[in-house]
Amino acid sequence: MSGFPWASAVVLIPLMGGIVCGVVPLRRAAIVGLTTAVATVAATSGLGWRVWHHGSVSESPGGWGAPLGIDLVVDGMAALLVLTTAVVGFAISLFSVSYYAPSQTAEEEQETHHQGFFWSLWLVVWAALNGVFISSDLFNLYVCLEVISLSSVALVGLTGTLALRAAMRYLLVTLCGSLLYLIGVALLYGGWGVLDVQMLASAVDQSMASQVALVAMTLGLALKTALVPLHFWLPAAHANAPAPVSAALSGLVIKASFIVLLRLWSDVFGALDKSILAAALTVLAMTAIIWGSVQALRQTRLKMLIAYSTVAQVGYLFVAFAPDITAQTDPVALQGALVFVAAHACAKAAMFLAAGALAISFGDDCFSSMNGQHIRLIAPFIIFILAGYTLIGLPYSGGGEAKYLLSSAVESAGLPVVGWAMTAGKILATLYVLKVLYHIALPTPEASESIELRRITVGMIAAGLLLSVVAVGLGPASAHLLQLLEASIGTALAAPHSALR
Amino acid sequence: MSTDLIYATTAVVLIGLGLYTVLIRRHLVRKLMAVNILGSGVFVLFIALASSGEGDADPVPQAMVLTGIVVAVSATALGLVLIRRIDEADLKNAELAGEER
Repeated sequence: MSGFPWASAVVLIPLMGGIVCGVVPLRRAAIVGLTTAVATVAATSGLGWRVWHHGSVSESPGGWGAPLGIDLVVDGMAALLVLTTAVVGFAISLFSVSYYAPSQTAEEEQETHHQGFFWSLWLVVWAALNGVFISSDLFNLYVCLEVISLSSVALVGLTGTLALRAAMRYLLVTLCGSLLYLIGVALLYGGWGVLDVQMLASAVDQSMASQVALVAMTLGLALKTALVPLHFWLPAAHANAPAPVSAALSGLVIKASFIVLLRLWSDVFGALDKSILAAALTVLAMTAIIWGSVQALRQTRLKMLIAYSTVAQVGYLFVAFAPDITAQTDPVALQGALVFVAAHACAKAAMFLAAGALAISFGDDCFSSMNGQHIRLIAPFIIFILAGYTLIGLPYSGGGEAKYLLSSAVESAGLPVVGWAMTAGKILATLYVLKVLYHIALPTPEASESIELRRITVGMIAAGLLLSVVAVGLGPASAHLLQLLEASIGTALAAPHSALR
Repeated sequence: MSTDLIYATTAVVLIGLGLYTVLIRRHLVRKLMAVNILGSGVFVLFIALASSGEGDADPVPQAMVLTGIVVAVSATALGLVLIRRIDEADLKNAELAGEER
């Protein structure tokens, strides 16, 4: 059992599937895609099982180890992330099978044409996401981030016209972000001659080069994660993409750059004094929570509301850096951020999938065209209740557990003001979730005439329900998640104190 | 002035130029070119850092730059396709607006 290269498999399987989807006839793409998704989930489960029972896994593909080769290191943190990606990825694949179902009309024939591109690009994104989470080489991280960016931009552009400008802006922003990160890689390699995360962690000191590298990399990755005020590209790109693409972008893609940033701060730059930068990030995080939520409340389109909600929730991710103002990285804050990543990935993907189902049924996703009170809307309604419950961060849900960990971390760091911003964000989130529920459940006066609702398929509903149930269920299961995170080596997370309730 | 310093200065100037142009200019082709210049700056930085010290240059940064160039070419190709599509869509919209009048 131990001989099987699980870590390489979780990257190679979706990558191969993506390539095969590119060459098979378009109508076969969905079958190949779904098969690949199932195989990837199986490989990820095998990897998770190994990390859970035997601790972290380390592989050197091709027999070339660090420093010259690239090491794949799967610690508890990486295992949690690839498992989250597997759950969300499987749901997105399931949803896409019915979303891109072959159809008769000429206009929708174009959609079927897109389907072939969708599957190969999406599977490549999945492979690169897993690559980001498990590789421990700074340059390999750059390559994986770029593969994610380029494929995501192409996915956003799939719908044509309206999404093209959003895709172009996304491309420029994400390229600048990657190149800023690459400046840091160049400086670190120039200073210490290695690229391996663990090797750098023991080498990096307070020199000028490492300070510049820290600032450039933080700026670049904050741009790719869409931290306010660097979020300007996100709402248009995420709201105009096809529904499964929006779910992947908001749920998973922005998390990849955040995780790289988290690894850099806790490992590579662990010994560096980061108090000024941490203070700046904390102020921006609080601004993001408040401003993003207010903007979400003001939107008139469902997908724009969900996209601005992502801008707000990215603020919570960056709260993890607040304890660095006064001291070293706080393991409780890291745990909180990681549980938050998992819970938000599931909840946000569920919301975008449900929004996609609603858009099919109503024709578009404007609140004004939503004419509720129909028995078929009960499933999206339940998905929004469950996903909203964990997104707000109410008790006994994944989001609630994560926000509890984060707020106890900022409290022990002596920063009550961050806690206040988080509470305000919860209230605003409650309001915008209620706004969505109101528009689904009650008929709006402008759209009083009864419109024929198009049928939402079982696959779409199952995908959304799966994600929203997992998002809530992460709360009761959080003790296990933290136990999995303990299986880390050489990171700040290995510290023994955890904030178990 | 040492060779290292010339390389480092060039890199900083190229990175600065690229970032400035991508922020200020509105035309999409200019922006895409600016990103390419920014990328070249980063590559020069890599090459400069490879040659520190005597003897043969370190081959690892050169390999990284080679990979970086491949990424830059793909990104530029994708950007150019998007710009063409945007222009075609704009033209179509302009024609439609003309017919309506």
